Amino acid sequence: MFLNKTVATCALTALPLSALLSACSLTESNKSAGTTSDGPIAVTSSDDACTLSSTKAGSGTLKFTVKNTGSKVTEFYLYAEDGKRIVGEVENIGPGLTRELVVSAKPGSYVTACKPGMEGEGIRGRLTVTDSGRTTSVADVSAANIAKATEGYASYVKHEADELLEETTAFVTAYQAGDDAKARALYPTARQHWERIEPVAESFGDLDPKMDLREADLEKGQTWTGWHLLEKDLWPPDTGNRPLSKAERARYADDLLANTKTLHTRVQTTTYDLTQLGNGSKELMDEVATGKITGEEEIWSHTDLYDFQANVDGAKEAFELLEPILAAKDEELEEEIDARFDALQDLLDEYRSGDGFVSYTEVTGPQRKELSDAVNALAEPLSKMTGAITQ
Amino acid sequence: MTENPVTDDAAEQRGRLSRRRLLGTAGAGAVAGAAVVGGIGVARAGDHQDEATPDAALGYPFHDEHQAGIVTPAQDRLHFASFDVLTESRDDLVALLKAWTDAAAAMTAGRAVGSGTATGYDSPPTDTGEALGLPPSGLTLTFGFGPALFEKDGKDRFGLRDRRPAALRPLPHFPADNLSPARSDGDLCVQACANDPQVAVHAIRNLARIGFGTVAMRWAQLGFGRTSSTSRSQETPRNLLGFKDGTANLKAEDTGEIEKFVWVGEGDDAAAGWLAGGSYLVARRINMHIETWDRTSLREQEGLVGRERAHGAPLSGGSEFTELDLEIKGTNGPLIPLDAHVRLAHPSQNNGTRLLRRGYNFTDGSDHLGRLDAGLFFIAFVRNPDEHYIPMQTQLSSKDGLMEYLQHTGSGLWAVPPGVRDGEYVGQSLFA
Repeated sequence: MFLNKTVATCALTALPLSALLSACSLTESNKSAGTTSDGPIAVTSSDDACTLSSTKAGSGTLKFTVKNTGSKVTEFYLYAEDGKRIVGEVENIGPGLTRELVVSAKPGSYVTACKPGMEGEGIRGRLTVTDSGRTTSVADVSAANIAKATEGYASYVKHEADELLEETTAFVTAYQAGDDAKARALYPTARQHWERIEPVAESFGDLDPKMDLREADLEKGQTWTGWHLLEKDLWPPDTGNRPLSKAERARYADDLLANTKTLHTRVQTTTYDLTQLGNGSKELMDEVATGKITGEEEIWSHTDLYDFQANVDGAKEAFELLEPILAAKDEELEEEIDARFDALQDLLDEYRSGDGFVSYTEVTGPQRKELSDAVNALAEPLSKMTGAITQ
Repeated sequence: MTENPVTDDAAEQRGRLSRRRLLGTAGAGAVAGAAVVGGIGVARAGDHQDEATPDAALGYPFHDEHQAGIVTPAQDRLHFASFDVLTESRDDLVALLKAWTDAAAAMTAGRAVGSGTATGYDSPPTDTGEALGLPPSGLTLTFGFGPALFEKDGKDRFGLRDRRPAALRPLPHFPADNLSPARSDGDLCVQACANDPQVAVHAIRNLARIGFGTVAMRWAQLGFGRTSSTSRSQETPRNLLGFKDGTANLKAEDTGEIEKFVWVGEGDDAAAGWLAGGSYLVARRINMHIETWDRTSLREQEGLVGRERAHGAPLSGGSEFTELDLEIKGTNGPLIPLDAHVRLAHPSQNNGTRLLRRGYNFTDGSDHLGRLDAGLFFIAFVRNPDEHYIPMQTQLSSKDGLMEYLQHTGSGLWAVPPGVRDGEYVGQSLFA
């Protein structure tokens, strides 16, 4: 039920793989043995000049502070010696603002560029990185590894969308036929396919509110549609509820199915970059932390643990696809996240019942606290994954 | 501080006004005129351009054209209280307002409640005592009347129904609201602000004590860090998201805009002429999902707010007080994203409306999941909530990207009567 939000990426999804690769400076490791003692390099980008406080630096972690003194939006790039392969970049620097760029650089020659107006080749210069004695391990992150992750995620999303469409169809059929018992049985498992890929669904701003809005989030005058409307009808509160008529059931169920089909169609052609995988994984754990742990997501059916598990599944899938890259960049972080996923799963497994989970009403306050603690333990290192991969 | 011509006077006043001295002097309760104290506050607020450590001796006049605590430079601490009226007697209600007026005048001047009243050794002291020896600390007390005071369950409780301002209705449900009745509404409200939390708490405690039997406290909120500046002499503080808050806030110096957006005008509401010179107080307890926010990249945080974190400059460029450029584009659309908080709260997106906010950070310990129960206790003073608050909040609640990290858990709206003149009591115009 997240509100739509800006998805910040370091590269547009439409870019070819080679551009994606370079734009995120993935081939350089951010793990260096130490920081440069030379201090940050001050870059001044005006409308017609690009000045660096030093054109020499020692190898290791380099920090640039890029100040835009011009009147146009500017960008700063650090290229390899060929002037094409991007080692690092910082974009969208408004007039008067200062932004930082941190990269890890081996000894060698580099090309710098300010791009006032965000156009063209930019105002170029040279930067020489000498051997400082600080080792810079360069991890082997191959284009194949990146493609494996992003394409693997696209397949996962498509697979979940297939399952979602199939199970939603079955759910809608039972619901419209008035077979409430069957509809209630299908509801939580069909929704799991939605919950696993929810950040993708959210990225299409229009579908999430139509399909997954909770009653409390309704705007004045807004028509309530989607899963939770049907949830309330299937698990009605004791008082103050009017059951939906047969015609209403037909209409709202058809609407849910139509939107599911739209989602299914859209994900067939959607592509993803590593940032989206990383951020999506983190967002799924945010979902658990704010919506599922509190029992707010499924206030009528209390099937929150199904959603909880599905969010964890989706987060873990993205993590596992990124794992080889993260391991090359920051092995310690990779191992920590891995262990925390396992710990959380062990805890969740305690609440399994038959093929599914117990009602969330059966989970006591202290047990919810324990689940919450395990979510926090995982989400904190997980939130560092995207930065570790892309920096 | 050294260039301030009133510093020496202030030191002298401090000696004259301290509760300790007054208590030690028989019958001294009538000594210090609030107007004298006010002289200090007014001079200081006007003369100071630099951020200064709040002066404990600072005092603001209780008697004035408008109630203090609205355009008064925001103090550092808050104790806000909402009360339900228990009595059915209009006379009892008026008597309470008179007693509150006397106590408020004393406390804002740094005097003890009931000082000058002789009480024996076998009686409890008239003042609860925890502020004895403390200076005024900039204490202001601001009183408001809630919708239910005028009519409750269809009943005209105090013969006030016909005088209810048209805009004084419970606020509508905004998207994503999760309001607790135990933290919402109330017949009366008192906003106590001071630079010393003990002084603010002392004030609410004593007003509650005076009210026993006539009113009962419904809920209260402590705030520990101001999140808005209401004067250009103040530096913009940060809220618990870590960002400067209220940069574009309406300031006391914007006198024309204050008239336009804060004070209720003479002809605004025919039924409620008594409210002219007053305002409406909107309170919202806004919880923040602190833990998930802290796991969010700086890129996303700045995009959601629309300002850079370090200095508060808009992402469109410039420095903190540079006007937003909502059009300027970067590689992925406007530099200030379409769902950025500053864009959606900007006057250009809200019919030109500007808000005078006076909110505070709060933390009420942790919740049952071990998360900080923390956020922003939003307070705004508006001339007409129907025009100046409800449309803006409707837009923010449905479109603001920050809402993913926010949940409104308490709410209230009160009509704030005009200032109290010498010899009058709080809200006298309503009962006249």
